[in-house]
Amino acid sequence: MKLFDQTWELFKKEVVLEWRSKYAFNGVLLYVVSTVFICYISFTLTPGFEKSDGYKVVWNVLFWIIILFASVNAIAKSFLQESKSRLLYYYSIASPQAIILSKTIYNILLMSLLSILALIVYLLFFTNTIGDPLFYFLVVILGSLSFSTVFTMISAIASKAGNNGTLMAILSFPVIIPVILILIRLSKHAMDGLDRSSSYGDIGALCAINVIVMATALLLFPFLWRD
Amino acid sequence: MKFIYQTWWKVLAVLLVLSTLITGLILPVPRLPILHETIRNLYFHVPMWMGMLSVFTISVYFSIKYLKTGKEEYDLAAVECVNTGLAFFTLGLLTGMLWAKYAWGEFWSGDPKQNSAAIAFLLYCAYLVLRNSIDEEQKRAKISAIYNIFAFPVMIVLIFVLPRLTDSLHPGSGGNPAFGRYDLDNGMKVAFYPAMLGWSFIAIWIATLRYRIRLIENKRNNIN
Repeated sequence: MKLFDQTWELFKKEVVLEWRSKYAFNGVLLYVVSTVFICYISFTLTPGFEKSDGYKVVWNVLFWIIILFASVNAIAKSFLQESKSRLLYYYSIASPQAIILSKTIYNILLMSLLSILALIVYLLFFTNTIGDPLFYFLVVILGSLSFSTVFTMISAIASKAGNNGTLMAILSFPVIIPVILILIRLSKHAMDGLDRSSSYGDIGALCAINVIVMATALLLFPFLWRD
Repeated sequence: MKFIYQTWWKVLAVLLVLSTLITGLILPVPRLPILHETIRNLYFHVPMWMGMLSVFTISVYFSIKYLKTGKEEYDLAAVECVNTGLAFFTLGLLTGMLWAKYAWGEFWSGDPKQNSAAIAFLLYCAYLVLRNSIDEEQKRAKISAIYNIFAFPVMIVLIFVLPRLTDSLHPGSGGNPAFGRYDLDNGMKVAFYPAMLGWSFIAIWIATLRYRIRLIENKRNNIN
C-alpha cells in the first residue's frame, strides 16, 4: 500500500518535528491551563456558585468551549507553519491524500492528548462528579477526533486564502456548531450517568458527520493544493 | 447550456406558479387543529426550500465542472446559483417564521429546525466572504468551488438530518410525521406538486438570468 506507507512516513515526520520543538503542544497546553485558571478565578468571585443549580450545565459547556478554542489555535497552525517550498517538496514526493491524511491523524493524536490533559486540569480546578466517567472520557476523545477532521480541512482552505484567523473562524464555525451541540448533549448524558443506549443515535450522527467531512476532504484536497 | 436559452420551461414555470396561486387559495384544505387555514402556507414555504435545494445542487454541479475543466463561466454559474439560493433561503426562513408565529406562537422559538437552518445560512454566507477575501480570479474560483462542494453535504446534514434526530416542532422531525404521511390529501397535492416544480424552475430562471448578466459584464471588462 503506497498511500499507507506515505501517510505513515509523513505522520512520523509530523510527530518528530513536534517532538523536537514541542511548540504547538506546549503553547496550546499553556493556553488551556491559563484559560481554565482565568475561569476559575472569575468564578470564585461569586461565592456559592458551586452549589447553584446551573453549575453542572456551565461546567460542561465551559469545558467544550475551552476545547473548541484550543483546537482552533492548535490546528490552524497545521498548514500555516509549512513554508511554500517545503509544501512543494511534499507534493513532489507524496500523494495529496497522504498529506491530508497524515495531517488529520497527527491532529487527532495531538488533540486527544491535549483534551485529556485539559480534562484533568479542568477537573482539578472545578470539582464535579461525573456519573459515567469512562463514557465522558470517550466523548472527549470523540470530540477531539471530530474537531481535528473538520479543522484540518478548513485550515487547508484558509491557508490557501491568505492565512488569516478571521477566515478560519468564519469558515469553520458553521460546520463545528452542530458538532459541538451534539458533543455537549452527549457529555451531559455521560455526566448525568444516563443509560448509554440513549446516546447511540447522537454518536451515530457524529460519526456520520466525520465520515462526510473526511470523504469530502480526501476528494477535494487534491484540487486544493495545486497552485 | 442550450437549456437556459429555451423558453418553454420559463412559460411552464409561470403557468405552474400562477395556477398554484389560484388552486392554493381556493381549493378546500383539511381542517386540522392549530393549523386551520395557515396550512395553505405549505404551498409557499416548502417550495422555497425546494427552489433553494435545486439551485444549490446545480451550483455544486458547476463547481465540480469548474474543478475538472477550469473554465471561468462554470465558476460564474456556481456563484450566481448560490446567490439565488441564498435569496430563496431567506424567503424560506421568512415564510417559515411567519407560519411559526401562527402555529407555534413565536416568530423564532429556538426550534432545532430553525436554528440549524440559521447555521446553514451562515455556512453559505461564509462562502461569499471567502470569495471576497481572495483577489486572484482563478484562485478564488478554485477555492470557492472546493468550499462549495464541502458546504453542500454539511448543509444537507444540518437542515434535513440533524433536526430529525432531536425534538423539533417542525413536521418530519423528532417523531412528528411529515405532512406527506396523512395530512396531505389528494386535493392538496393538486396545488402542492405544481408549486414545488414551478418555484424550482423560477429559481433556476433567476439564476440563469444573473449568470447571463455576469457573462456580459465579464465580456465588457475583458481587455482585447
